[in-house]
Amino acid sequence: MLNMAFKCILWFAQEHVNFRISEFESLAKMFGLQFRLVSQQLLKPFWIVEFPSEKTALQYASRSVALRAIFELYSYANTLPDFHNRLRSHVDTHHNELARHFSSDSSFKITVETYNKHFSQREKVEKIETMDYLPIEGAVDLKNPRVELWYLEFWGLDPKAVPPVPEDILFGRLLAQGQRHLIKDLSLKKRKFIGNTSMDAQLSLLMANQAMVRDGDLVFDPFVGTGSLLVSAAKFGGYVLGADIDYMMVHAQCRPSRISQRIREKDESIRANLKQYGCADRYMDVLVADFSNPLWHPRLSFDSIITDPPYGIREATEKVKTKKSGKEDTRSEDMIHYPSTSHYSLQSLYCDLLEFSAKHLKLGGRLVCWLPFHREDYDEEMLPHHKHLRLVANSEQPLTGNTSRRLLTYEKSSEYSHSEALESRKTFVNAPSEDFRDRYFNNALESRKDRRMRKSELRERGRLEMASRGKIPTDARAKKCDLNKARFA
Amino acid sequence: MKLSTYNFLTSMAIKGVKVGFPLKLTISKKELVETEFNPTFVERLLPKLDWSAVYGAAQVAELAEDIPAVQPESIADNEQLLQKLHHLLFEIDVLEGQLECPETGRIFPITDGIPNMLLNEDEV
Repeated sequence: MLNMAFKCILWFAQEHVNFRISEFESLAKMFGLQFRLVSQQLLKPFWIVEFPSEKTALQYASRSVALRAIFELYSYANTLPDFHNRLRSHVDTHHNELARHFSSDSSFKITVETYNKHFSQREKVEKIETMDYLPIEGAVDLKNPRVELWYLEFWGLDPKAVPPVPEDILFGRLLAQGQRHLIKDLSLKKRKFIGNTSMDAQLSLLMANQAMVRDGDLVFDPFVGTGSLLVSAAKFGGYVLGADIDYMMVHAQCRPSRISQRIREKDESIRANLKQYGCADRYMDVLVADFSNPLWHPRLSFDSIITDPPYGIREATEKVKTKKSGKEDTRSEDMIHYPSTSHYSLQSLYCDLLEFSAKHLKLGGRLVCWLPFHREDYDEEMLPHHKHLRLVANSEQPLTGNTSRRLLTYEKSSEYSHSEALESRKTFVNAPSEDFRDRYFNNALESRKDRRMRKSELRERGRLEMASRGKIPTDARAKKCDLNKARFA
Repeated sequence: MKLSTYNFLTSMAIKGVKVGFPLKLTISKKELVETEFNPTFVERLLPKLDWSAVYGAAQVAELAEDIPAVQPESIADNEQLLQKLHHLLFEIDVLEGQLECPETGRIFPITDGIPNMLLNEDEV
């Protein structure tokens, strides 16, 4: 039996709740961490976890993006009297360990954090005063305390049904912050080169964690676009390689996505993005290539493959293919030829992606990718599968309407052999997303026209409401239209 | 395009091509990009490389005297060679040039440092 002596409070951001469990598991596996989950309800923002030591706890915090902060647990209970009893006995039994934090040459600060209920500063101070039995001898220092103590109250998850008393009360010493500052550091708002479908910083960091990217790994994105997934992989020390079928995109000459921008600047590129974040050294290459055809040398193996394939809504799913048309070929030999592309069905795209990953991942390497689907026809059975890949995580992010996407994480579990792979390929036929695009545009719950009419009716009602209250309406929509017109004038 | 990437590329996609490796590299414009030397990464990359193509790239980049024609048995403890490999594989950026399929002679252009491996629809 392992000695799990170190109890911690993990405080998570209540955003992408679905993803934190798989992130935790991935990071634990990546660092080889031992742990025991004490909390049962993993949707709550506070978890209690036992680690073997403070060091392992800090290792986890050094990579987690879902984590706000991690604390050493001093007391935890469901009711206030229990909480204080436990805190008192903890202080008594751990006298020696606490002495160094509570001694007179240290300084401290207590922060009160409540979830789902707001308290004034005075009420918070009153909460702190209830713990006046703590034998702290150091001085209070609100700016640069040596020790930060946190008092946490959890008042349920539903803002419409706040319970009369807190459900959980926790107290502990701050060990470290999570890595949520990276979300701001890598924000798309300030990124040099972005496109319509650039992945936001938080999700792309989560993907890099799912893929267990470590220093010196070789990471590949076969649908690289503007390289938004490569940024976070490179930030965690991966050497990144990307490919895309769109020449203009890879050369950063496609239409700008920012409303304030008319033409692309000369120095926009995926490499410039990496330079912006101080990881230009991690840039290997990007190239123009069609994923449906083999390109890479068979001996090449990647540590992880992280990708967001096009769904056919905002970016087209394409591959090079001959189109038959009745028209006469007017091309001459010396003309520049642009290969014609045709629809690349999501079904065969995922087939190719899994086959490619089985071939080119190292053993134990991970494929992390998104799969779009219509929520009503989700079924575990529809997930793409492959003989040599094991699905290790699957988290959902709702999109607009009744569509959704899932972040799938596969791990290569056995060495690739060609004949076996061919067999398993056949099993993945009833792919769900085959008609994702068609259904998205044609078979939505309400037609596009109905939706437009409903929205305009809503706007009209809002306008009348405002007029009756004597407010002057500003037409945000018209403003946006004007901006767009000015852009193309 | 870096010369490490060059080592990974084939022209297998062309109809009828079996191996398509190594591609014939021509450099018309290159640039030196200084990057941090990471010996563990170079070491980890070694088993993924085809040595004859590494040597071939060194010849084209006029660095052939730095790289032995045959792969030495132990590279891991040869710091000097690792440095030279790092320079060859990561610091030379081919801005303009071309890659030629050894079997069909099909040319893939490299523009602004990005190789275009797209084929025409009648070639796949």
